[in-house]
Amino acid sequence: MTKSYEAIPLTPISSEPSTINKTGLWRVFYPVVDLEKCKKCTLCWKFCPDATIELVDGIPVIDLEFCKGCGICANECPAKCIVMVKEGEG
Amino acid sequence: MALTPRTTIPEEEYAYPGSTGCPGCGANLVMRYLLKGLGDRTIVTIPACCWAVMPGYWPSHCLKIPMVYCAFEATAASLSGIRAALDVRGETDVTVVGFAGDGGTVDIGLQALSGAAERQTDAIYVMYDNEAYMNTGIQRSGSTPWGAWTTTTPVGDAKGFKREPKKDIMRIMEAHDVPYAATVSVGHPEDFVKKVRKAKEVSGFRFIHAYSPCPPGWRMNPMKTIEVARLAVDSRIFPLYEIVNGDLTITRKGKGVPVSEYLSLQGRFAHLSEEDIAKIQIGVDEAFAAMEKRAATKN
Ligand SMILES: Cc1ncc(C[n+]2csc(CCOP(=O)(O)OP(=O)(O)O)c2C)c(N)n1
Ligand code: SF4
Ligand SMILES: [Mg+2]
Repeated sequence: MTKSYEAIPLTPISSEPSTINKTGLWRVFYPVVDLEKCKKCTLCWKFCPDATIELVDGIPVIDLEFCKGCGICANECPAKCIVMVKEGEG
Repeated sequence: MALTPRTTIPEEEYAYPGSTGCPGCGANLVMRYLLKGLGDRTIVTIPACCWAVMPGYWPSHCLKIPMVYCAFEATAASLSGIRAALDVRGETDVTVVGFAGDGGTVDIGLQALSGAAERQTDAIYVMYDNEAYMNTGIQRSGSTPWGAWTTTTPVGDAKGFKREPKKDIMRIMEAHDVPYAATVSVGHPEDFVKKVRKAKEVSGFRFIHAYSPCPPGWRMNPMKTIEVARLAVDSRIFPLYEIVNGDLTITRKGKGVPVSEYLSLQGRFAHLSEEDIAKIQIGVDEAFAAMEKRAATKN
């Protein structure tokens, strides 16, 4: 059915946050954090392009629903406590 | 008692996860750090570029602040219009930001940019520089550096990789006498946020040149985005500096590592010979020496 032009917004306007887009499904490798080695430096949080890391008392909690598995956190962690593991393995 | 860990940049986030940027995209970080510095009284206008796609699929959107889409060449015209409309409404506390790629800035958007800068429109223009037209498939731009492979500067035939140097947008902006211009990098978020906050306090036209690694376009591992950004500063390929009312200050000197360390992480430079790399090194050394000399002669 065609709508009258008055019913169509002048421009498409976004109405929902992008959290409906589960980018974690793209992932090939997923990060595993060794919390015992974590120095709470917050670098992984700082460099995550998608802000998928939350700090809980300084400890990173990675949201795997959205983490794309880029591996920046593993590369930057000075304590080397994050490793990337292939999905379906480990 | 254990100390509470402190973050070195603001904790508040102005974007939701779910952006469609590639894994490891530097441009996601440019936006993240920019908004941490500016806060939520901000409107951004974005032309055709990766960031026009990255907010997500309609009806969803990853930014928590208002964003307008504009035509590829029109970023600075769009920000001028938004500024004028806000001024009419008396909303002078809102920061207007034009956020465009390097192609949209140094090539097609240059005319509108020059106009807004010359009029001293009260806004901040941010160019995220991934050094090619990435959204449409890695075509060369005026901002692609000498020696780089792109799909339109292929390697192998008689002509080969890009033979023209990178267009220096900072010098172009300086020629417009803008009150504030700075380079920032995703490898140095504290310096990034500090400069953005400084820019926010200045009135008139402000320009920020943001270094933004692109893993697919640069043919590199996405986990290397921050490492490569730091090497760009340490090798002085991308120096961090600001120009305030004509005075240049280098904000990070960098360790002075050989450019080969920076180039070797990226497949787009894999074809370069030792002579090519030596040529790049000489150019970088000369440019940095000139910059240091200028920084030393402030009025
Ligand atoms: C007038 C016009 N010409 C061409 C295009 C096609 N186009 C869309 S995005 C783009 C490349 C943008 O490159 P850049 O500004 O560097 O941003 P990036 O994609 O690298 O983030 C091109 C050529 C367009 N949308 N409009
Ligand atoms: S092509 Fe490059 S700049 Fe564009 S979204 Fe992907 S990583 Fe980011
Ligand atoms: Mg680009």
